[in-house]
Amino acid sequence: MPESEYNPPPLPQPFTNTPASQITPIYQGAEAHLYKTTFLSPPIPAALKIRPSKPYRHPILDRRLSRARILQEARCLAKLVKEGVAVPALLGLDWEGNGKDGGGSWLVMEWVEGCVVRVVLERWEGVIKARQGYMGGIEGEEEKVVRRLLRRIGGAVGGLHRAGVIHGDLTTSNLMLRPFSRIGDQKGNVDSGEEEEGGSSDMEGDIVLIDFGLASQSSQDEDRAVDLYVLERAFGSSHPRTEEFFEEVLSGYRESYKGAGSTLKRLEDVRMRGRKKSMIG
Amino acid sequence: MSSSPLETIHLPHLPLAVHAALYTDVHNAPYLRQQLLSANADFEYAFVDASMILSRAHALSAVFRAVNDYLNERLKSRNIHSEIVFSLSPTNNIADSFRKFGISDTTTSLLVVKVSVTPDITYESVAAHLAQNVQGSPLAFDDESLSGISNIAKIKKAYKLGSLPSTPSGQANGTQDDGKRRLEVSVQGAIALRGAA
Repeated sequence: MPESEYNPPPLPQPFTNTPASQITPIYQGAEAHLYKTTFLSPPIPAALKIRPSKPYRHPILDRRLSRARILQEARCLAKLVKEGVAVPALLGLDWEGNGKDGGGSWLVMEWVEGCVVRVVLERWEGVIKARQGYMGGIEGEEEKVVRRLLRRIGGAVGGLHRAGVIHGDLTTSNLMLRPFSRIGDQKGNVDSGEEEEGGSSDMEGDIVLIDFGLASQSSQDEDRAVDLYVLERAFGSSHPRTEEFFEEVLSGYRESYKGAGSTLKRLEDVRMRGRKKSMIG
Repeated sequence: MSSSPLETIHLPHLPLAVHAALYTDVHNAPYLRQQLLSANADFEYAFVDASMILSRAHALSAVFRAVNDYLNERLKSRNIHSEIVFSLSPTNNIADSFRKFGISDTTTSLLVVKVSVTPDITYESVAAHLAQNVQGSPLAFDDESLSGISNIAKIKKAYKLGSLPSTPSGQANGTQDDGKRRLEVSVQGAIALRGAA
């Protein structure tokens, strides 16, 4: 008996009816499981996020936490879609998650095609490394595309903050690069495979923010600055070769909304002391 | 097949079949509405004013929510069919949702939805009953038909989305399609979140 084998928790209603071929596990985190499935129309892909109930928590507390968190996420997504910020749209939701056998709360989102920025940057760093060894700087053209990408990331985060939402976990894994789509061609490309490697054209596309599991609504400079700081640290640790271009993120951000200047000023304070604000007083 | 406008839809994840038909030039809306008001059991349908429907996905979002709430035994209204009309609404007021999204005496475009909650509700039985009782011209239940029917201004008002631009200004390639898509997903979000205190 392989004791270590992991059994994912049973799906909540109504996904207990779904044939396994139509629901594919994509990712599993501590709080939620992500599946690729369909919604309303069979050929259109959708993302299903389930927050399974946690059996070690008191049932009443468990319900309350799960409900509050999924609603928080759903509200942020719905608000951002209304504001025209590029995020996966909220399509369906059940915050009760009281399938008779526990189950869990769930939400369905638009499926976002493309690749996470982390992978885009890693690929790029790999190409640069292979081409140059460890000597010398980065060539002009290659540098330009990556700078443009980072600037667009700054713009996307600015759009989010302008709409009054804080992401709470900005990393390059929670930013996606969605290739420019042929409009109205959503149905056809379910089976789009791996993109070809290398070239700078890989960096074209819209930046789409994903995973609002830790998001909240706030318009305070402090919260916005911490959001940026977390992203800055993520770049520093995951992408050492692009860290020097992080200023592009900040200038993209600065241009994206009116209050950006004061947030960036606040960012300097946050850098001095770290993410946690002093709780003295 | 072509004799009936009725379409049977199997929504992913749901164990119940959904039957839907779209009509325009409906002449007997007052009669149909009267059957609902008198709770005539033969007329247990979701009769939706189709001018309040933006797209097929919009309508099916409400159907999905109603069927899911039915399966979880938490309907807020009388039955699954009234719940479909209620589920279209972004607010918790049932009477108001019927005024805004349900059939009225002046309705000329009608979306009819019926869920197979019991085995005797079949494609044939529903098609025959509708053919006898709805006086109107059948249309395909798709986005193209609906685009000629939906009253965008009223829909925006009902969902309090008046501030949504018809075309996104920030994007260089902002087309009318983008604007409609944004309205559609905003409406779907509102339907999903209804009742979240």
